[in-house]
Parts: sequence; structure tokens; C-alpha cells
Amino acid sequence: MNVAIIDYGVGNLRSVEKAFAATGCKAIVSSDDRVLREAERLVLPGVGAFRACMQGLQERGFDRLVRERASEGTPLLGVCVGMQLLFDESEEFGSTRGLGLLRGSVRRFRNDLVVPHIGWNRIHQTRAHELFEGVEEGAFCYFVHSFYCEPSDSRVVVGETEYGVSYASVVAEGNVCGVQFHPEKSQEVGLRMLKNFSTRRRNGAT
Amino acid sequence: MLAKRIIPCLDVDNGRVVKGIRFVSLTDAGDPVAQAKRYDQEGADELTFLDITASSDRRDIVAGLVRRVADEVFIPFTVGGGLRSVEDIRAILRAGADKITLNTAAVEDPELIKACAETFGSQCVVVAIDARRLDQGWEVYTHGGRRPANLDAIDWSMRAEQLGAGEILLTSMDCDGTRNGYDIELTRAVSDAVRIPVIASGGAGKVEHFYDALTAGGANAVLAASLFHFGELSIGDVKSYLRSRGLEVR
Repeated sequence: MNVAIIDYGVGNLRSVEKAFAATGCKAIVSSDDRVLREAERLVLPGVGAFRACMQGLQERGFDRLVRERASEGTPLLGVCVGMQLLFDESEEFGSTRGLGLLRGSVRRFRNDLVVPHIGWNRIHQTRAHELFEGVEEGAFCYFVHSFYCEPSDSRVVVGETEYGVSYASVVAEGNVCGVQFHPEKSQEVGLRMLKNFSTRRRNGAT
Repeated sequence: MLAKRIIPCLDVDNGRVVKGIRFVSLTDAGDPVAQAKRYDQEGADELTFLDITASSDRRDIVAGLVRRVADEVFIPFTVGGGLRSVEDIRAILRAGADKITLNTAAVEDPELIKACAETFGSQCVVVAIDARRLDQGWEVYTHGGRRPANLDAIDWSMRAEQLGAGEILLTSMDCDGTRNGYDIELTRAVSDAVRIPVIASGGAGKVEHFYDALTAGGANAVLAASLFHFGELSIGDVKSYLRSRGLEVR
């Protein structure tokens, strides 16, 4: 089996599964340790609160599993809060530690903005990356979030979006990548990016 | 820049669309999946399904509809109408809806907003407010606009935000169905009172109305039902007009 979507008790994963299927890729939603260890690629979804997501992972021992699989070079895609979880910490509720696969933190949008950031916004490709193959510069994707990632190392940023601030909406470092928007709700553009992820080379050199 | 959203609303009864576009190409205009796909092709940014099913197994019927739409249409969609408990909502979200709207149930039990926000996240909780103009301000109505709730619409929108609503779907009962334009004053008053997105609804009759709601009204999104339903305007018409006036649309 190609892609496993990690089921750790948060959110609706059905759409992600069906979106992969629409691209011709077999993806399964699973909370089975063995399945997740054998999958060729992993998707880490996430909705709602960062801390609740992190707790959900920890309760199932999936925090360790994800770190281990990422260090083995397994292509990993974090989606929405799943992308945020890849970082060191989030300032939601004071401070909550994340998976620490990417250096940096997760911050709340400025108070004078309408939050959550909901709707279609553009992805500006700051550098070429496999995920963008066949995706136009400035393509619209669907976002729903109140917090955004601030990587310490700007080299991991491959796509940026403007909402009061220009922030990292697509990140990648080796086999680990993340998207802040919902590819499963971003029509053709999102499906294309899922397809690009599902055909990424292992060890994902860019 | 964040694009302004255009959201068509479809009424569904017993799993069938009873009010949606009369697309000539559709062999079955009552099929929610066919309707959703066509709206998607037309450039709809999201879809809203308003369920009016009055049967005892409505939850299963709606969940079935949601599942079929979610499996084939990859844009966000919201389901509202008759949802009363966390369990109702869980079933709909599990089936694949992105958001739900709460109206009467939230007025009767405001803590339901909080419970949903804590359980599923604010991003999927839309509080729908039906408001009617008074001499001073606007009053909230429930039960499909039949019953006054003795609540001020501005106060209620702020309360909903505090309880964890992620968006407000604001319908002007005075303007709804008139085609004379959205209630700009009401939309502006609520947009100024809250810091969450406001979806304006009720009264769209021509492209300028959408522009006014998104600019003078301060709305982040606009919803329309009958205008699209009768095919007088397409979503493409609305978007090209908004673009020509300098607004960002997808």
C-alpha cells in the first residue's frame, strides 16, 4: 500500500482518503501501528487545537512513530494542523511542544485580522519543488486556520501566502513536507499536489 | 490575498435537491452530487446544503447525502438545518462535511456552540443568524424565521464568537427573497462587532449587490440561493463583475 493517513482520533479523514483515490493513488486511513510502519508514505492530518492533536498522537505512541519513520526517510506530508505539528512548538495555550521535525514555531495571526483565515488564497512558490509540479504560480488553495508556521530556517519555505503577513504555507526539508491549506478541498490544484506527493521519490531530494 | 467567497445554497429534502440551479445539462437536477459538481465547475468557492427533511431518520438520510458529495466533490461544503446535538453534528462531520451551521439549537442552548467548538474545532462551527429589522437594531428569529428569540442580532453574534463560533452566516429576513440587495447596514454592524468571518445572505438580485455586501457591508463571503437557482446570474457572472471592480476572487 502506498499512502497511509494517520488516524489519531481527530477530524474527518474521509475526504483526504477520497482525494488521493481521485488522483489514482491508493491511500488508507489507519490507526494500526503495523500499517503505519509499513506504509511507503505517511500523511499527518490535523484539525482544531494543536494541543489536542499532539495529545492524540502521544496517547497512541504515534509521535514516536512519526519521528522514527521520518528519520528513516519516509516521505511525510503534514496537512493543516498536521503541518504545524511538524515544528518545535506552538504558542496556542501558552506553549505546546510539537514533533520537532522542523525548526521553528507556530504563531497566531495578528489581532486586527479576521481570524480564522478562511477561504481561497494564493500560493506563491518561493522555490521550485516536486510538490508544485504542474501547479501554476499563485494558484488558489483552500485555507482554514488561526495559527501559522514560522520556520527558523527560511530555506524550508517553498511556498508563501499573504494574510496580514507573508507566511510559510508550504514547507519542505528532505522527505518531510507540510501544507497549511487543505489539498483535499482545493480542487484540481490540491489533487495535483497530493498526486505529486504520492509519486515523490523516497528520501525526497529536491 | 484572500479571495472573497461566493457560496450557492442548495435546499435538500430527503436526500434530494429541491432548490438548486436548473442546469439544462443535468439529467437529474435533484441529485446532490450532480448539482455539487456543476457548481464546482462554475467556480463556486464553497457549497451550503440546507436540509429541510422532516422525517425521523433524517440524520441517516443527511449523512448519506454528505458521504456521496464528499466522495466526489473536492471543495468545502457546509450542512445546516435541524442539527440539535453534538452527536447529530458528529455524524455529519464524520460523513465528510467540512462545517455545520447551528441556528435554533444554538439560541435555545448557547453552550452547544461551545461544546461543538471544543469537540470539533471552531473552524467547522458556523452560527446562522436570521435577523429582522426593528425601529432600533435587529432581532434574532428562530424556527426558520417564525419565532422571535428576543435577542439583539449584534449582541448574539458577539456572544456566538465568544462561545467559539468560527463564522457567522447572517441572513436578513427583510431582504431575503426581495432581490433588492443585501441588508448592508446589518452586515456592516455585525462585521464590525466580530472578528470572525461574516457570510452575508438574503436579497441578492444583481451583481452590484454582491459587491456592496463585500465592500460597504464588510462581509467576507456572500451566499445566494434563488438567484442562482433560477439561473438569472451565474457564479461566473458575479465573479467577473467583482474582478472588474478590483476585488480578489478565485
